Amino acid sequence: MKFEGTENYVATEDLRVAVNASITLQRPLLIKGEPGTGKTVLAEEVAKALNAELITWNIKSTTKAHQGLYEYDAVTRLRDSQLGDERVKDIRNYISKGKLWESFERDARPVLLIDEIDKADIEFPNDLLQELDRMEFYVYETNETIKARQRPIVIITSNNEKELPDAFLRRCFFHYIKFPDEDTMRAIIDVHFPGLKGKLVQDALNIFYEIREVPGLKKKPSTSELIDWLKLLLSEDISLEALREKDPSKLIPPLHGALLKNEQDVHLFERLAFLARRERN
Amino acid sequence: MFVHFFHELKKANVPVSLREYLMLLEAMDSDVIDRKVEDFYYLSRAALVKDERNLDKFDQVFGHVFKGLDLMNEGQTAEIPEEWLRKLTEKFLTEEEKAQIEALGGWEKIMETLKKRLEEQKERHEGGNKWIGTGGTSPFGAYGYNPEGVRIGQKEGRHGKAVKVWDKREYKNLDDSVELGTRNIKVALRRLRKFAREGAPTELDLDDTIRSTAHHGYLDIKMVPERRNKINLLVFFDIGGSMDSHIKLCEELFSAARTEFKNMEYFYFHNCLYEGVWKDNKRRHNEKMSTWDVLHKFPADYKVVFVGDASMSPYEITYAGGSVEHWNEEPGGLWMERVTQIYESCVWLNPIAEKHWEYTPSLQILKQIMGERMYPLTLEGLDKAMRELSR
Ligand SMILES: Nc1ncnc2c1ncn2[C@@H]1O[C@H](COP(=O)(O)OP(=O)(O)OP(=O)(O)O)[C@@H](O)[C@H]1O
Ligand SMILES: [Mg+2]
Repeated sequence: MKFEGTENYVATEDLRVAVNASITLQRPLLIKGEPGTGKTVLAEEVAKALNAELITWNIKSTTKAHQGLYEYDAVTRLRDSQLGDERVKDIRNYISKGKLWESFERDARPVLLIDEIDKADIEFPNDLLQELDRMEFYVYETNETIKARQRPIVIITSNNEKELPDAFLRRCFFHYIKFPDEDTMRAIIDVHFPGLKGKLVQDALNIFYEIREVPGLKKKPSTSELIDWLKLLLSEDISLEALREKDPSKLIPPLHGALLKNEQDVHLFERLAFLARRERN
Repeated sequence: MFVHFFHELKKANVPVSLREYLMLLEAMDSDVIDRKVEDFYYLSRAALVKDERNLDKFDQVFGHVFKGLDLMNEGQTAEIPEEWLRKLTEKFLTEEEKAQIEALGGWEKIMETLKKRLEEQKERHEGGNKWIGTGGTSPFGAYGYNPEGVRIGQKEGRHGKAVKVWDKREYKNLDDSVELGTRNIKVALRRLRKFAREGAPTELDLDDTIRSTAHHGYLDIKMVPERRNKINLLVFFDIGGSMDSHIKLCEELFSAARTEFKNMEYFYFHNCLYEGVWKDNKRRHNEKMSTWDVLHKFPADYKVVFVGDASMSPYEITYAGGSVEHWNEEPGGLWMERVTQIYESCVWLNPIAEKHWEYTPSLQILKQIMGERMYPLTLEGLDKAMRELSR
């Protein structure tokens, strides 16, 4: 079981080593990197490559660790008890399984993606340490221990909005997805637009990396934006001349929406255009 | 060999633990990788480094241990703003002179020599007037390289006194886990805590609900304020000036209250906010973080507190290149504006007594940028500032 990247996903050598180490040693893999650099898609592709089921747990700011294990709905049970509902006698009726529990139940080893763990409370990762270490947990309501049949492959992504606790980090393998250099980006483009080559790609890449260099952008365009933009360029048949345009004000229409998603950034660009014009006069 | 590697990493302040070391050994034992140095590099990196900020340090140590490359001696060489020098060349050197530099061994060589000179200069304590290579023998002197009075690296047409301070000052390192002493501070702390606890949303109190329901015989939902509070705080401390002791007191105050906040992050700056801030004052010249990264990292609902005396020459705020200790591409005022634009809740706490404020132009400028939200570092000022933050 080795992950070598897929036909849909370009995995650099270092990423492959990290993924394989985590699979072999059965430790969680923590993936960080700028937004849109393929963190979430990685888990999907690992699952596909290994022919495993993908179970995704999307983390929000309100997500609590125990929700990954199970939730006991005491309020409904109380209500049912008032209505004399028979279900009330079996506490199991009020326990709903979380994603971790689901992944523990599988006969074949699944991939468990814990997506955007940094969104949650700072204590969240610590609250999952035991469960991820031992791959088991205890259900107090029913007095049973749930143990993983197969240790799932755990992939955790973070956008680095928050620091993660050390105790948690020590248990993971870690990989930081470096923003793709031009060659890697070409490979990624090739995966998404097989056969697309030549001037358009080159010009688009030049503009793309140039925009990323503009100081003060709130949201630098990333791989996903580049791909969306290329899609747009192809479907709208935008001419190479339009892309080569050096006047940033004229560049804005073909960029807007796909590469610059933030109003402030569009304004920044317009300001730059204004300055460029003034300098010329 | 691995043990040595491990120790070197620790020495370079990469936080590695035994657990991770064992994990690496285990991985070496299983056949995760082929016998390639690169693969070993990737594997050990994935096992030992857990924070991208330490990747560079790791690379240095790895290179040093496994390829015999030299470990860069961080924290000891004086950092020379390279842009500064490059600008200098562009502006002041003729083609011939540039050629001469090449003849002298190129930039690298010159930078080296310059570094040495700097160290010497620091030891000799020649005061602010003498500059590197003012004597005729120095390769630098030949170019009339004299930043006192010459606006090095600035675009033409700017006026103002040149007060670049080259010699590094000595800075104390500040710790965030110190016990507080004075009574005054305790009161302040109480108020800070009160502020931190306000506005916590409510949640269902299950125990009480069940108790009350059993008691009444009907469903009686009980709510309590959520225990953990929701306030996120970002604090920037100005250090390295005459007000250090006051600032330090203030830092102690915040650190004592830190558990009350959902998150509290602090950074240091000097005089005015620029493109870089740092967390460890001893290593400030090597471990700067980009201010953009900080602004991107912490969401707009963070509340921002600046603590500093806001006293400097005005062009440290208003001009690019105005900073006293490095070349700043963009004026400090712009950085301050960015912060106030991103974060709705911002205040500035100033240890200088309010009655003196009007005599310091830089203070007025910053106060204005802050939208008048500058408060003296007194109990009352603190109160007002916190009230402003909870609006
Ligand atoms: N290495 C890659 N190979 C192929 N496609 C990639 C690669 N990296 C990114 N992409 C493409 O970029 C897009 C964004 O990827 P994804 O959603 O996984 O990013 P992310 O890092 O999870 O972003 P976020 O932090 O915003 O959640 C996807 O459409 C994916 O196909
Ligand atoms: Mg994602």
